[in-house]
Amino acid sequence: MKRSTLILLKTVAWIACLVPFAWLVWGAVNNSLGPDPTAEIANTTGLTTLWMLSITLAISPLRKLSPRLSWLIRLRRLVGLFVFFYATLHMLTWVALYNNFSIQAMLNDVTKRRFIMVGAATWLLLLPLAVTSTNWAIRKLGGRNWNRLHMLIYPAAVCAIIHYWWKVKTGVLSPMPFTLVVAALLLARPVMAWLQQRRRARAVAA
Amino acid sequence: MLIGKPPDIRSSEITSESAYRQFMNRRRFLRGAVAAGAAAVAADRLAQVFEPQIEALADTKLQTVPSPLTTTGEQLTSLEDITRYNNFYEFGVNKGDPAKNAGGLPTRPWSVKVEGKVAKPLTFDIDDLLKLRPLEDRVYRMRCVEAWSMVIPWVGYSLSELIKQCNPLPSAKYVQFLSYYDRHVEKWANESTIYWPYSEGLRMDEAMNPLTLLTFGLYGQTLPNQDGAPVRVIIPWKYGFKSAKSMVTIKFVDKMPHTTWNDMAPNEYGFYSNVNPNVDHPRWSQKTERRIGLPFYEQRRTTLMFNGYSDQVASLYKGMNLRKDF
Repeated sequence: MKRSTLILLKTVAWIACLVPFAWLVWGAVNNSLGPDPTAEIANTTGLTTLWMLSITLAISPLRKLSPRLSWLIRLRRLVGLFVFFYATLHMLTWVALYNNFSIQAMLNDVTKRRFIMVGAATWLLLLPLAVTSTNWAIRKLGGRNWNRLHMLIYPAAVCAIIHYWWKVKTGVLSPMPFTLVVAALLLARPVMAWLQQRRRARAVAA
Repeated sequence: MLIGKPPDIRSSEITSESAYRQFMNRRRFLRGAVAAGAAAVAADRLAQVFEPQIEALADTKLQTVPSPLTTTGEQLTSLEDITRYNNFYEFGVNKGDPAKNAGGLPTRPWSVKVEGKVAKPLTFDIDDLLKLRPLEDRVYRMRCVEAWSMVIPWVGYSLSELIKQCNPLPSAKYVQFLSYYDRHVEKWANESTIYWPYSEGLRMDEAMNPLTLLTFGLYGQTLPNQDGAPVRVIIPWKYGFKSAKSMVTIKFVDKMPHTTWNDMAPNEYGFYSNVNPNVDHPRWSQKTERRIGLPFYEQRRTTLMFNGYSDQVASLYKGMNLRKDF
């Protein structure tokens, strides 16, 4: 891929990833976030985190479908860092708008409520991934260790799903689409590895 | 000069599917009015006769009188927010869904059945209920169990006024409210796994408390469909889900009736569900709430015991452990 194409692609991705944030800022300034702006900010940042997390999980299986899609990997770090950006905004909404920065209230929340606990766990799982996203960190850790560390995205995705299910009222099915997408993306990995192995075995046999 | 034969039915006269559905529901109430052999075209025409009436009934102004039981010193939530931010799961689980989907609720004709432990089962037509007592303007705070709140100018009269007309037997210890349910009208009801129809209930003394309002309108007009038209109850010292919408049955019973959210998650939603900042919901604190319609940095406020109605209702729960009976 030409360098100029890559820059263009990354610029487009940046802008696309900033759209939900820009929408929130615009809404906050104009007080147009609907009847319950606090909940709107919490929901928008949470859902954006979830869907961007799904996009990062989709990149690996998608590029294996065709060598022509291999350029997708160049965008994964960018989207991944936006996952952390929105997860952090989501967490700060909880700190500021739900607990008014009260340490006591937050401790209470984390220890007493499992959906908050698993939400906090999700953010903590994403933190080392964001911290080790620089080229320097990759070099320092070595590719193998770095890859191993970044497997944390899988438990993070599972925790995010649990957080969502535990947050909604019993009987409400709105986390279902996200759950199915992530389940499919996680299952795609062993399935594709198995298919590849079989193809390779056939090639050897032939 | 007549060039072609005009079509039998003008397109403006063809009934839409939703209007037809409404008609089908109304039909259940039209005892024998529609002969079994009526031709489909005639039925459609009949639906047309009813349709404009529905339009005219929405947002009808109500004659009201002031009430000493109204809440003062609060800024009212806007009509826009009251009508676009609703929990009415029969019409979808998102807050904006009821405003979009509740148009098909057939609010006329409408009757409320009174049954169970009463001297004689009764049926009240909605128009008779509206005339039973003078309609009062009552501003109440509304606190949702999800920790948001509004201030709403309801229109109605104390439910006790209706109960007095029902002659409940001494064995009637509780009263159960059942909401309208028709899965053809409320096609969104399967977005959750709730068992319909929506059921709520009160202890008799709670139902007889003058604050408990049989509610027909808000902001001086008939209830919009998404707010529980044409008649609902409002119990301002309890979490919002206790205040059943679009009521079709009032049943007097001797045992605590089953209630919808309590069925779904008994550890989260108690039968009493009094607003209580000292008893947290298992998944969030109830100490504070978000007032709807304010900028995000002004929403947060302290939740009041019994939603600020302690003077009128605290005595109902004397000697009870509200942590256990939440």
